[in-house]
Amino acid sequence: MGYTFAEKIISKKSGCQVSAGEIAIVQVDLAMATDTTAPLTIQAFKEMGGVLVKKPARTVFVIDHATPAPNEKISNLQQLIRNFVLEQNLVLYDQGDGICHQLMVEEGHVRSGDLVLGADSHTCTYGAVGALATGVGSTDLGAVLLTGKSWLRVPESIKIVLTGELNRYVTAKDAVLAMAGKLTADGATYASLEFCGDGAAKLSIDDRMTIANMAIEMGAKNGVFTAAIEDEDLKPDPDAVYINEYHFNLAEIEPMLACPHQVDNVATVQAKAGMVIQQAFLGSCTNGRLTDLAIAAKILKGKKVAPGVRLLVAPASRKVLLEAMARNYIQELIRAGATILPPGCGPCVGTLGGIPADGDVVISTTNRNFKGRMGNNKAFVYLASPVTVAVAAVLGRIARPEEVIQ
Amino acid sequence: MSSINKAHVYGDDINTDLIIAGKYTKTLNMAELASHCFEDIDANFTTKIKPGDWIVAGRNFGCGSSREQAPLAIKHSGIQGVIAKSFARIFYRNAINVGLLLVVCNTDQITDLDEISVDLFNGSVIINKKLKIPCEKLSPIMQQILEEGGLVPYLCKRGDF
Repeated sequence: MGYTFAEKIISKKSGCQVSAGEIAIVQVDLAMATDTTAPLTIQAFKEMGGVLVKKPARTVFVIDHATPAPNEKISNLQQLIRNFVLEQNLVLYDQGDGICHQLMVEEGHVRSGDLVLGADSHTCTYGAVGALATGVGSTDLGAVLLTGKSWLRVPESIKIVLTGELNRYVTAKDAVLAMAGKLTADGATYASLEFCGDGAAKLSIDDRMTIANMAIEMGAKNGVFTAAIEDEDLKPDPDAVYINEYHFNLAEIEPMLACPHQVDNVATVQAKAGMVIQQAFLGSCTNGRLTDLAIAAKILKGKKVAPGVRLLVAPASRKVLLEAMARNYIQELIRAGATILPPGCGPCVGTLGGIPADGDVVISTTNRNFKGRMGNNKAFVYLASPVTVAVAAVLGRIARPEEVIQ
Repeated sequence: MSSINKAHVYGDDINTDLIIAGKYTKTLNMAELASHCFEDIDANFTTKIKPGDWIVAGRNFGCGSSREQAPLAIKHSGIQGVIAKSFARIFYRNAINVGLLLVVCNTDQITDLDEISVDLFNGSVIINKKLKIPCEKLSPIMQQILEEGGLVPYLCKRGDF
């Protein structure tokens, strides 16, 4: 009987052969925390008697959730992070650098075959580059800083076979929303998702990141693209055991939405066409990358955001912003009426900027539409692709791309 | 570990944003955090609960963010623990790490303000001193962490895993 990726990598990092359901103590290659989770991480590390961080060069702190700091309290917590980073010689990304998950991949911190724990639930994004990456809380991360280790329950695995190719103006976001609709918000709880098949292998790194990013929205511990696993010894065996298997033909994926207030409440864009919107957001660790800005700029070029609609754009990183400027995407978005925000997470999580008003309908490229998620529990958030968001921004209502793109 | 307190019943998929909104997470002040617990789902939450009470829910409790502020807000509100059909995995770890009790069992027969007694050693939840519902046992490592009062005291004592 063979082993899955999760079984193989946890066995390697723990030094003993383990199978799904077993508990293992693993060496953690890379640790990450954000301004939401780092202060409690530092506090836990100190309370545990921590003096020196075990692996400083592979401990990354990112100030991205509420930056630039909106008030003195938050500013002081961010200062606490900077002081700790200096004291311990850790890696820091500060104001304006970008969103943690984008930076971890873009700056080459994550490598294929790494075991990564991050104090942010969307740490699962790094499965796009062949890592076992999962979100933990601050105290767990404090323990990683102290010991370089953690304990993991070896997850059962679910195989997601992707075939075919996405149609024009249908994106990886539509595919992952379709997956969330099928698997449901807790259909993969505790499990490791393995994205495989020729359809998965052909997806770009940006597309893989969008899909792996939302593994947590189905309850998964992690999601990995098997095509990105470089170490032969970590590739899943053909006779590995899976608790479930799903098949998606990317050519059959339609433009999709997740309707309020849960990710698995999915509908086709066609089914909700005509829904009037007040705010559109393009950004986040799911869809703030260059390809996302490119497609939105292409749709909005020479057009205007509809009256009564506020379009917000937050590039995923400083590099993405610079490249999008070099290619005129940002200029085209601004001319169309978009408001450009600094790279960061703010609007997605209701921590900074773009808080919707009571009753507002928001269309957003983010990953969560929980009630109150964007900072107002009386708003209605629809999750969608960058294409659908750009189209809705132009028309002031949800519509299929053909209405705007000739 | 046995006690008798009231149940406060909520539904499925109670996510971390409902437990504590993102806008309130930027603090190390636990009383402040607890004052906003469950604000978006039940505005009366903090005034109606009594120390030692239990939150009772359906499937997938704690889904969403890795914010440890979620179990911390619940713990510091005075709630003793959460009884649910299932928990999202990050929340589950976080709760045990901060010493918040979690019980996995079928919660269909528990109604609001029922009297709850939990016997973790024997693995059961007792409703109104009559109905006994079996509950899942924690994995050995989680049980050890909980017995020490959380991951901080666990590592203070052992220094390593």
